[in-house]
Amino acid sequence: MQWEVGSALNIASILAAVIVIAAMLIWVERRLLGFWQDRLGPNRVGPFGLLQVVADMIKIFTKEDWIPPFADRFSFVLAPTIIMIVVLLSFSVVPFAPGVGIVDSNIGVLFVLAMASLGAYSVMLGGLSSDNKYALLGSLRAAAQMVSYEVFMGISLLGVVALAGSFNLREIVLAQEGGWFVVPQFIGFIIFLIAGVAESHRLPFDIPEAEQEICAGYHTEYSGMKFGMFFVGEYLGLVLISSLITVLFFGGWQGPLLPPLVWFFIKASCFIAFFILLRAAIPRPRYDQLMSYGWLFLLPLSLINLLITGVVILSANQM
Amino acid sequence: MSDPIARPHSKSFFAKFAELISDTLTSQVVTLWRVFKHLFVATDTVQYPEQQPHMFSRWRGRIILTRDPDGEERCVACNLCAVACPVDCIALQKTEDEEGRWYPEFFRINFSRCIMCGFCEEACPTNAIQLTPDFEMAEYKRQDMVWEKADLLIAGTGKYHETNFYRVAGKAIGGKDKGEARNELPPVDVRSLLP
Repeated sequence: MQWEVGSALNIASILAAVIVIAAMLIWVERRLLGFWQDRLGPNRVGPFGLLQVVADMIKIFTKEDWIPPFADRFSFVLAPTIIMIVVLLSFSVVPFAPGVGIVDSNIGVLFVLAMASLGAYSVMLGGLSSDNKYALLGSLRAAAQMVSYEVFMGISLLGVVALAGSFNLREIVLAQEGGWFVVPQFIGFIIFLIAGVAESHRLPFDIPEAEQEICAGYHTEYSGMKFGMFFVGEYLGLVLISSLITVLFFGGWQGPLLPPLVWFFIKASCFIAFFILLRAAIPRPRYDQLMSYGWLFLLPLSLINLLITGVVILSANQM
Repeated sequence: MSDPIARPHSKSFFAKFAELISDTLTSQVVTLWRVFKHLFVATDTVQYPEQQPHMFSRWRGRIILTRDPDGEERCVACNLCAVACPVDCIALQKTEDEEGRWYPEFFRINFSRCIMCGFCEEACPTNAIQLTPDFEMAEYKRQDMVWEKADLLIAGTGKYHETNFYRVAGKAIGGKDKGEARNELPPVDVRSLLP
């Protein structure tokens, strides 16, 4: 056993760390939201309320695992597993540090995008199989939102890929030794950030599950551990988007003094905190506003960004 | 921004673009920054069991029955509190001692019904029934929410220290005849012609 990419130790520890961090985010999010709303948040169970996660887990594991009789059993059970599997698979190409990672794929960026597209099936199937009008409305919205935001999520990354000259995430990190890609690709970063929020359908883009309008959207009928899987899947998606932003735009593990894993953790945590801040501060847009903002503003902007990046790279190569 | 009735097509493309940027990006960043600053604002939470909230003296909480300055029960079992009670949570039975004082034989408040409205306190002519700033009355059994007179009666005078009904009322009781109450003149002798 040693620390090299793809070893069994590596796989096990990454899987454990990612799931534990996603579970801890339940507590982190509630605490941070509390502080941003001048409250304290959960602070009773254990030191600083840290064991709140354990309490929540006990609650969700011991809940009755109920499938509504009118639901389509097969896809109802399948839907929450898809989102977990898909997001966990995406982590396999993320390079956390030198020697820490699961696969060094040459199509890393494409693999992440493909898995994000598959994630849409989870919410679609979940909503469809529930046989519930709110769930159906939620999954309709989810499908439209995820499909349209994927388009320029991919396009916004092409600038990074062009600068690094590789689809391999580890090589993209290594290409940022001279400077982070957030500087030349600032517009790409902003677009990826917005599209990332929309892809993981967190607030303010939680239109598929908007509690106030369509009670809980596609997971209205879910309870117990199946709901828990949607929930953890959402937090895993949050961790994934934060890790991807770190890798693609902020130099991954690179940084002075501290060990590489710590740098990665610090950078990713900042983005997780930022996403929670987004949730605390920004109200939800209307559904049609979300769609027109995406297609009429972000898509042209990402195309222009790609065009300018291409022109600059080509002219730099000419000289 | 100009007034909303202005001609819609009068703005140039760049003005519209600048407006879009300010509407969608600048305002959101300002909001984010303002919310972020709340991380450094002291929280409003009162950590209740360890840290008691400040209770104002007129808070309407647990109901008590008080005694007059002589140490006798103030309640004269007039039933006005039970009549005033909107949820009918007060039950009592009048009785009389050998001196002629009225007092409740039993006095029962069902706190599982009580809404702490304070109407009983307003209705009470002798300041006997009073509401206090205590609210920690949770019980495990519903029957424990029914309080009898022994539970309600306290040793002191409560909020009103002076009130002493039988010392001002005209009713004759043992040791105090008609005309002997505070601020009371002797009864008029209707058979006398003198002024």
